[in-house]
This record gives sequence, C-alpha cells and structure tokens, in this order.
Amino acid sequence: MEKQNLLEIRNLKKYFSTPRGELHAVDNVSFDIERGKTIGVVGESGCGKSTLGKTLMRLHDPTSGEVRYKGEDIASMPLSVFKKKYRADIQMIFQDPYASLDPRMNVIQLIEEPVRVNSKDLGKEEIRKKAREMMELVGLAKRLENSYPHELDGGRRQRIGIARALSLNPEFIVCDEPVSALDVSIQAQILNLLQDLQRERGLTYLFITHDMSVVRHISDDIAVMYLGQLIEKCPAGEIFKNTIHPYSRALLSAIPIPNVHEKRERMVLKGELTSPIDPKKCCRFAARCPYATDQCLETEPALREMRPGHFVACHGAEKFLS
Amino acid sequence: MSKIHTPAMEKIEKKNAKRKKPVRSTPGRESWKRFKRNPTALIGLGVVCFLILVAIFAPLIAPYDYQTQDYSVMMQKPGAEHWFGTDQFGRDIFSRIIYGTRYSLVIALFCTIAAFFTGGLLGIIAGYFGGRADTVIMRIMDIFQSIPMIMMAMCIVAVLGNGIPQLVAAIMFASMPTMARNNRAAILRVRGSDYIEASAAIGVGQLRMIAKHMIPNAVGVMIIYFVGFLAVSIMMMSSMSYIGVGLSAPTPEWGLILNDGKAYLTSAPYMMVFPALMIMITCFAFNLMGDGLRDAFDPRLK
Repeated sequence: MEKQNLLEIRNLKKYFSTPRGELHAVDNVSFDIERGKTIGVVGESGCGKSTLGKTLMRLHDPTSGEVRYKGEDIASMPLSVFKKKYRADIQMIFQDPYASLDPRMNVIQLIEEPVRVNSKDLGKEEIRKKAREMMELVGLAKRLENSYPHELDGGRRQRIGIARALSLNPEFIVCDEPVSALDVSIQAQILNLLQDLQRERGLTYLFITHDMSVVRHISDDIAVMYLGQLIEKCPAGEIFKNTIHPYSRALLSAIPIPNVHEKRERMVLKGELTSPIDPKKCCRFAARCPYATDQCLETEPALREMRPGHFVACHGAEKFLS
Repeated sequence: MSKIHTPAMEKIEKKNAKRKKPVRSTPGRESWKRFKRNPTALIGLGVVCFLILVAIFAPLIAPYDYQTQDYSVMMQKPGAEHWFGTDQFGRDIFSRIIYGTRYSLVIALFCTIAAFFTGGLLGIIAGYFGGRADTVIMRIMDIFQSIPMIMMAMCIVAVLGNGIPQLVAAIMFASMPTMARNNRAAILRVRGSDYIEASAAIGVGQLRMIAKHMIPNAVGVMIIYFVGFLAVSIMMMSSMSYIGVGLSAPTPEWGLILNDGKAYLTSAPYMMVFPALMIMITCFAFNLMGDGLRDAFDPRLK
C-alpha cells in the first residue's frame, strides 16, 4: 500500500499570553502522520504534548501554522466550519477518565451523547441502538447501562471514554495519556483494546504519553518533544536502538529494565527545565545538555533528516550518529 | 417440573418478597443518603418543616387575633392565658409570633428568589462568559457591596416608603453581590472541569452544555447558597424592621415585635425574649440545613 499522510502539521505554534510574557507551549512543530499508524508523542510534563493534541482537536486555536487533514487546512478554518465538517473525524480520548465524564450522567447517556448531538435526524431508538453497539465494541457489559461513573473502576470508565470517541466513527484519535491514570494491569487491557480497534477500523492515533514502555508497545513512529519543540522523530524501532538527540537518550535511559544484574549507564540530567515563557533563540536543551557547545547557546538547531525517516534537531547530531 | 413447596421455602420466599429492591445509586440519591446520615442537618430540616407548617396553619394555632387590642390584659406576664404574655396594647405575643412566621418565611423566600434572579443570574453570566462581561458585572457588584446595607435600605424606604416590596428590594440589592460572587464561583468550578472540555470535543453545543452539563453540576452548590441566604434574609429583615426601615406596625413581624418591646426591656423582658428566640431558632435551623446540604452535595467542600 502506498504511504499516505492523513495529517500534515506545518510550523504549528500555540502561544499563551501570561502576565510574564508569551508562553510557547507548542513552538514551530512540523511532522506528518501516516494513515493507519500510531505516532507516539513523548516528553516530560509541561513540554506541550497535551497542548499539541488539543490544538489538533481545535480545543485550542493555534497561534499560527497549518494542520492539513486530508490535504485541507483545518487550523485556519472558522471553528463553526471545522465543527460541521471534521468534528466527527477527529476525536480524543482523555487522560483522566473520571474527571472527563459528567458525574451526573449514566453510562448509556454518556455514550449516546456524541451521537445525539452530531446526528440530529436519528430517532431515540436508533441512538440507543448505536450506543449499545458501542458498549459491546469496547467491552462494556449491558448491565452497566444505568451505572454512573463513580460506581465503575478506572478501566471501565476509560472504556466509556473510548466508546464516546468511537461512536462518531472518527478516522483520527488523539489519545492524551489514556492509560496513565490506570493500574498497570488495566493499562494493558486498554492498550490492547486500542490496538484491536485500530486494526478493525483503520484508525490513526496520536498517542501522547510520558511512559516510554507504553510508547514502545503501541507506536509505529515516535516524536520526542522538549519545551514545545519537536526534537526527534523516527520510527519506533530506531529510537530504541539508535537514538541521536541527547535528551531522547536521557529519556530512554530512564526506562527501568527488569533485570537486577544488568549494569547500564544511566544518563541523569542536571539542571532545571528552562522557562517556556519568551525563550531565548538557542537550543532549548542547551542548559541541561552535557555536550552543549557555544553554537548550541547561540543558534536554534533546525530539524534535519539524519537517516531516512529519522529527524533530529541538534547541532551535534553527526557526533551522536553511531 | 412442578415447584416443590415446603414451609421453609415459603418462609424464604416471603422474606425475599419483603426485601426492598436494590436501589440504583444516582448522584442525587447519594447526596440524600449523606444528608440522612447527618443528624444536625435533619434537625435543621425538621425545624424548617415545622416552621412552614406553623406559617400555613397560623390561624388555627394562634389563640387570638394578632392585632386585636385588649386593654383589660395589658402587659401580662407569660401564663396559661397568654403563653408568651401580652404587650402594652394587650395583644397576645404568642399569636403575633405565630403570624410573624408567615411574614418572615414568605418575605425571606421572596428576597432570596429576587436576589437569585438578579445577582445570581449575573454571577452565572459573568462566570460563563468570563472576560470583559465578567469584569464589568463583578465591578458593578463591588460598587453595590460598598454601600452599607442599612443605608441603602433607609434610602429606598425614604424614597418609596415602608412596605413589603421596598423591603424585598432593599434586601435584594444588599444580597446581590454575594449571590453573584457565589454563583460565579460555582459556574467557574464546573466550567474548568475536564468533562466540559470532553463534551466540547465530541461537539456539544453551547446551549446543551449549559443545560445538560453546567447547570446540573452547579445546582447543588447553588441550592446550598440559596438556603443559606434564607437565614441571612430573615436576619436582615428583622434588623431593618427593628430600626424602623422595614415593615411598619401593626404587622406582626418579629423585628417589629422586638421593637415594640424595647421600651419595656427592664420591666417586661419577655416581650423581647420570645421574638428574639424565634429569629434565632429560625436562622439556626436554616444554617444547620444549609451546612447539611453542603456536606451532602459536595463532600469535598468540607
């Protein structure tokens, strides 16, 4: 099958104005998302992963840049047009399945809601039927129909969230840390469910997480973000073998290995995250980077393709290319 | 195959039939359950219900008319004939207090409703739309709040004269800022929650968002403020009547009864004790109920 980009993101920026200046939450991010693939977005808290996801959803309006969905720029079109044309196509699964479900609605009402608000011509019975189909699809027992979120466990709550997103038949789903609030045993269930659904329905995921082992499990491509910028993007296999950016390496060395005898070098980052408010024009990682040179402190590195499909934003990339 | 019937089985069946069906746990039922477990809240509710009954059946309970003056029994001490004694015109204080319940409860309700539909609604608008609307509304509320309540009441009475509508207006203007602030906070808390964002993500429109998500989730907190305001209104009303800018004689309003008795405080303290007690009990009951509602609707607020 020919490679096909479902989403092309170009120079996407989202700044928030704060009393202390412009907060660069997402800064000049460009990458493509292939149809039917999962792209994992990793990075530490506050690096702009969630903002990126919400900007793609138009829950935030981008400051500038393009998001081409099937070739059409959805970032600059009026919100009302976007809602009519693409709201159903692009959906989101939220991090905290309890907080993201209205506590005053029961399961069936929650799952009916997206259908109800998006297809006004459907009758009551049809909506109910559709909601029941969705419940079955995500593995929620019929007897839970009248339960409220507070009566269910985290996994079931997240299944409701998934059912809500899927009931609009989306093609692209932003998964904003969908398993980070769940127990490890339930994480696996939900991840498997997401993968099964992807296979059956040809879904494309943007999978936001800070958990490297989750990302390894689910992603085809991995994008590493640092302080609002994309610093490395490559196929998932590459990053675990041939990481280039020093930050990604530090991130990878933080994955625990289930073997007490294995010795390995742990790369521990020193220093604090530099402020995302009005950042200086330099490599944003330079302050913490053990390999930083004068060049890093003076100019901002651009994203370069070091190997086929492997993009890195680092002045010293050649050095690290092993 | 036919069912086997033994005495023992019948007993079990009977028992099962008696057993209540399991009740679904809805957020509303959960709140009621918490409220029921709270004895002080139940006492508050009980007293409030009792007062409402007293107000409704006042003509049946009160042994005398509240404004008939009987000069043969002036300034009687509390006794079998006149439970709470009589005042300087020979009016039965017990009957006056019983009728006063009507005035206090009904006027307090009007005041609170009026304050809710002015201040409260403004607060909801400010909270929902935010930005400039928020700033303008809340600054106007600040201006209102900077005028002392009694002074505002006196101005209104000076311009419009004594009477129930004037009293309601005065209390309404005085409570608007607090009402606005409380409701704004309630809406802000809901507006910032994840499920609002999640609903926006699946395409819920503005109207449905307000009607189906924001109001149902904020209404609990609003009820709490509403009940709390009933107590505040009763206090305000009585104090205004007491200083003479509220209702006018011979209305049997508690504050007015207090006012009647103040000249005889040393010689006939019972003339003030009973109405004061009523005001206290009523406010206390509303506050207990309000606290109970707060704990019931929002256990996290404690």
